Amino acid sequence: MSLISWIDERFPLTKVWNEHLAQYYAPKNFNAWYFFGSLAMLVLVNQIATGVWLAMAYKPDANLAFGSVEYIMRDMDYGWLLRYMHSTGASAFFIVVYLHMFRGLMYGSYRKPRELLWIIGLIIYLVMMATAFFGYLLPWGQMSYWGAQVIVNLFAAVPFVGDDLSLWIRGDYVISDATLNRFFALHFLLPFILAALVFIHIVALHKVGSNNPDGIEIKKGPKGNRWSPDAPADGIPFHPYYSVKDIFGVGVFLIFFTAVIFFWPDFGGLFLEAPNFEPANPLKTPEHIAPVWYFTPFYAMLRAVPPMFNSQFPGVVVMFASILIMFFLPWLDRSPVKSVRYKGPIFKFALAMFAVTFVVLAYLGLQPATPTKTLLAQVFTGVYFAFFLLMPWYSKIDKTKPVPERVTQ
Amino acid sequence: MKRVIAIIALVLMPVAALASSGAGPKLESANIDLSNEAAIQRGAKYFVNYCMGCHSAQYVRYKLFTKVGLTEQQIKDNLIFNGSKVGALMTNAMPGEYAATAFGAPAPDLTLEGRRRSADWIYTYLKSFYTDPSRPTGVNNVVFPNVGMPNVLWELEGIKEPVYRYEVHEGGHMVAEFDSEAEAEAKAKELGGEARVEKVVDHFNPVRPGKMSAGEFDQVVRDLTTYLAYIAEPIKLERQRMGVWVLLFLVIFTVLAYITKKEWWKDVH
Repeated sequence: MSLISWIDERFPLTKVWNEHLAQYYAPKNFNAWYFFGSLAMLVLVNQIATGVWLAMAYKPDANLAFGSVEYIMRDMDYGWLLRYMHSTGASAFFIVVYLHMFRGLMYGSYRKPRELLWIIGLIIYLVMMATAFFGYLLPWGQMSYWGAQVIVNLFAAVPFVGDDLSLWIRGDYVISDATLNRFFALHFLLPFILAALVFIHIVALHKVGSNNPDGIEIKKGPKGNRWSPDAPADGIPFHPYYSVKDIFGVGVFLIFFTAVIFFWPDFGGLFLEAPNFEPANPLKTPEHIAPVWYFTPFYAMLRAVPPMFNSQFPGVVVMFASILIMFFLPWLDRSPVKSVRYKGPIFKFALAMFAVTFVVLAYLGLQPATPTKTLLAQVFTGVYFAFFLLMPWYSKIDKTKPVPERVTQ
Repeated sequence: MKRVIAIIALVLMPVAALASSGAGPKLESANIDLSNEAAIQRGAKYFVNYCMGCHSAQYVRYKLFTKVGLTEQQIKDNLIFNGSKVGALMTNAMPGEYAATAFGAPAPDLTLEGRRRSADWIYTYLKSFYTDPSRPTGVNNVVFPNVGMPNVLWELEGIKEPVYRYEVHEGGHMVAEFDSEAEAEAKAKELGGEARVEKVVDHFNPVRPGKMSAGEFDQVVRDLTTYLAYIAEPIKLERQRMGVWVLLFLVIFTVLAYITKKEWWKDVH
């Protein structure tokens, strides 16, 4: 009796392997946009692995945190490499996930029957943002400290319970040692929840099957391929075809990733910000506080909304709404086709505008507010919401092209 | 896809044009070379002699300088004055409270100054002190106005006084500049309303020469800047050297991965 069959009698090893890899049939027409899912998993593993090692030398203590990071950078063997892998990984995670989400937008991967897959993905995105936010406080630099101060103060804008809520989050009246300690605990915990959510995301994906650049349901097409008479004709086994292809994608990604790690770890102040090389000082507010780049589109929308009734709360509502509105996307799109390839000019224009809006808002969120820039942020906040809110209308009247029966190469 | 990119480019252009560049004093190019070990060694000497009375480099161990060509004995003889061990951190003797009383604030630790500011900033800052009787230290700085730090290098550089020019600003733009304050005020009055006069240091006039020529002093400041840039991230050159090999490996790996993929995918049509 072989070892595998011994295990199979006790654990469905071969069954799982076949269902999710060797006999999981993915459409054969994936393009480069389909690398970002596996790359996101790679970066998550990178974050957890480097994070655990960093945690072995990091001290979550307001008096020691900043120094312990410098200890990692200077005295720990290859500590600088672990730290740069982790700090660059944080930004890379968001880049990869934003591209992964944009892929979904382009090819209609959120449409029926993948609504739940999209929603689980958005929950992953929310947990990712929370993880990144908690992690950003840990180096205990000026930007860490004041960035956290600004974000936690958003919760203070909630009517009636705001002050108590922000106090409860901080564990103190200002960001302090108590806050740092709990943020470290949460920053260590959340990645494992993230890993569990990724597992659920993949279970949901393998239930409905992967979408593809044509937005065609290969399961509804003709049956039978070289491997199985019941498998979709346009499907190929994930392993070895896509496992081999994804390894190539990993290679390309790592070239960019390591180029940043070894040559531009600060990335012009976007990945590691200059003010964060100064220890947190509760008595000295920096001239200009901006969140890290991956939060700035939402920060720009927050700032674009003027205070009403002496309260910043409307801005906070708009900011959270900008994320929550994505949950409704599967029901906002009324187009008869899924993929941008067969959608009409209106959707193409709307999607391009949306991409531009996201980048412009990210830029504006990094800049100090001026009247011109605030006006721009207001305009683009409008465009951002228009993309979603007008979608039921423009996706319906748009002139679509006929979708072919089979996937195209 | 091409059309999408074209639309994106068209929309972005006017936005890029609106993004104005930030103001601030013009910085000189420090032109440092991190591979110049002699410059780092000299910078370390100037640092322990001129800066460390007040500033620490508390995350740097003296031993670090064995990596730029000094022996432990040389470090002990030339850089350590308080009997610290070679493996000790470069903490300083002046207590923070004393500094706060003497200068208004404790002198910041300079370990990471080279990353918090740019090398060009440090270089220009150290060369931009000028006499200003209104300040408690008798000097002010163009790059860091009203800084609490005295000009510790005055002995080498000499003393210089500022020559001002007066700019008339209206609606965020400079509309005129004058050598005399009276003329500028007159112009501002003539424009009325929003116009205001800004006093700017135009250049310096030497009052008393220092021990060094201008060129020699520039070299001292450049050495100090090189040193500060070095201690801010001592691993920088090594990581870049390592990065070349990592990238080389990854390029070969990726090419092989591509060939493998092609081979496996031969039968997919």
